[in-house]
Amino acid sequence: MTLLRTQNLSAFYGDFQALFDINVSVEEGETVAIIGANGAGKTTLLRAVAGALATAPDTVLFDGEPIGHKTPHEIVHLGIAMVPEGRRLFPSLSVEENLLLGTHSERAGPWNLSRVYQLFPRLHELRRLPAPSLSGGQQQMAAVGRALMSNPRLLLCDELSLGLAPVVIRDIYRCLGAIIAEGTTVVLVEQDINRALDASTRFYCLQEGRLALSAPTKNFDRGALTAAYFGM
Amino acid sequence: MQWLNILIQGALLGGIYALFAIGLSMSFGIMRLVNIAHGDFIVLSGYVALVVTQGTGLDPFSSLVIVVPVMFALGYALQRGLLNQTLSGGLLPPLLVTFGISIIIQNGLLQGFGAYDHRLQEGAVETASLHLPGGIDVGVYPLLVFAVAICAIASLQLLFYRTGLGRAFRAVSDDADTAELMGIDNRKLYALALGIAMIFTAIAGVLFGIRTIFDPAAGPIRLILAFEAVIIGGLGSMWGTLIGGMVLGIAQSVGAALDPTWQILAGHLAFLAILILRPNGLFPRTRD
Repeated sequence: MTLLRTQNLSAFYGDFQALFDINVSVEEGETVAIIGANGAGKTTLLRAVAGALATAPDTVLFDGEPIGHKTPHEIVHLGIAMVPEGRRLFPSLSVEENLLLGTHSERAGPWNLSRVYQLFPRLHELRRLPAPSLSGGQQQMAAVGRALMSNPRLLLCDELSLGLAPVVIRDIYRCLGAIIAEGTTVVLVEQDINRALDASTRFYCLQEGRLALSAPTKNFDRGALTAAYFGM
Repeated sequence: MQWLNILIQGALLGGIYALFAIGLSMSFGIMRLVNIAHGDFIVLSGYVALVVTQGTGLDPFSSLVIVVPVMFALGYALQRGLLNQTLSGGLLPPLLVTFGISIIIQNGLLQGFGAYDHRLQEGAVETASLHLPGGIDVGVYPLLVFAVAICAIASLQLLFYRTGLGRAFRAVSDDADTAELMGIDNRKLYALALGIAMIFTAIAGVLFGIRTIFDPAAGPIRLILAFEAVIIGGLGSMWGTLIGGMVLGIAQSVGAALDPTWQILAGHLAFLAILILRPNGLFPRTRD
């Protein structure tokens, strides 16, 4: 069953058009990667789905319903959660308060504080500290945990690996496996192509705001991908 | 002993200034809204209390049962219906709109009540005083107002740091866009924030109306005192605001003791001195 679909989605920043007629679809339970170079429109696509960028109602469908016109908080209530680029934890809140903030959508489901702490045991030890005192990797875990607390059907992850050490990235992606196993559908935006392809079943490659390529990840020829990625 | 008395009077006077400042501090801290009409809302609360006391025969303290919900509703509706529309375009639009509201309130009150002075009458408590050992006299009413200010700030601290609503307020203050992405309805939250701010504004208006006469044009000076208390204390720090109010109060009563015409000026001078020495106030909290 298709959980998310965009239909000829275009998005603008003022007069600048960042996305051109994007058609992507994500099946329930699937993990889809969106890759592309810097400025290709990956984050814009996630922001449009999350409602942070105004779009026409029918260009984004969630569970068959048009959501393009809805506000970000309404979309969270419907079951789409976002791990924003750069973590964006709330600096004056403690780690636990940051996690609890995810509960404002009041969605029922498997995720609660103790489950998140089970997934990221380090966060339990650090739960009383202010969010900015955590390392980058710990902050990323908190940001993922905060999104999970809203019990999303669809989890949007923007640049999970950004600015993190390889060993930390590996840990976080291992946890992503546990989240996917819980039945959550995941859309990954990454610049780290190999990481994204390893974690996903299908990918879309964006180039300058347009869809350049889409294919199942398995056994995909990475040479062809390079061409789509760089437009050569 | 005379100077100790002056310091105590000044410090207690700080309680009412802190009450003035709470509403202003909340609306700036949470929605970055500089509410120019804040002083007029304080005065408006006094007039609402005047109508209630005259209409029902309640005393001013009891009239709060009606004044507080009325001002809460006004704050909620105003934010929801008008001020939310001004928040996306930077600092200037809300400044202009609240400036306009200020003019509307002042002229509306002038139209409805005339330019006369009014006062709320609470009776014996206004003039009662305690004689402490060592020749110190403390007015019961200033003491009561100071206690109310402490309770008000303590309850706000509890709200901010012990409840889900407070958590949401702090998150929105940190980063409104991300809070919205986490499922918080910012607009509704802002309306609640102005409503809650108005609760404290209503209390300040009624308590000050018992202490001092007010007229339709009395708002702007209240606004300035509130501003000064917030800035001296440091943006975003509620206890700092109380200290800020006390600094103002002490400066004013020391000034008045030196020369009665110096009272108001001394408060402003203390404010300027702190602005020069510590531009972020004594206990800064809010970051931008």
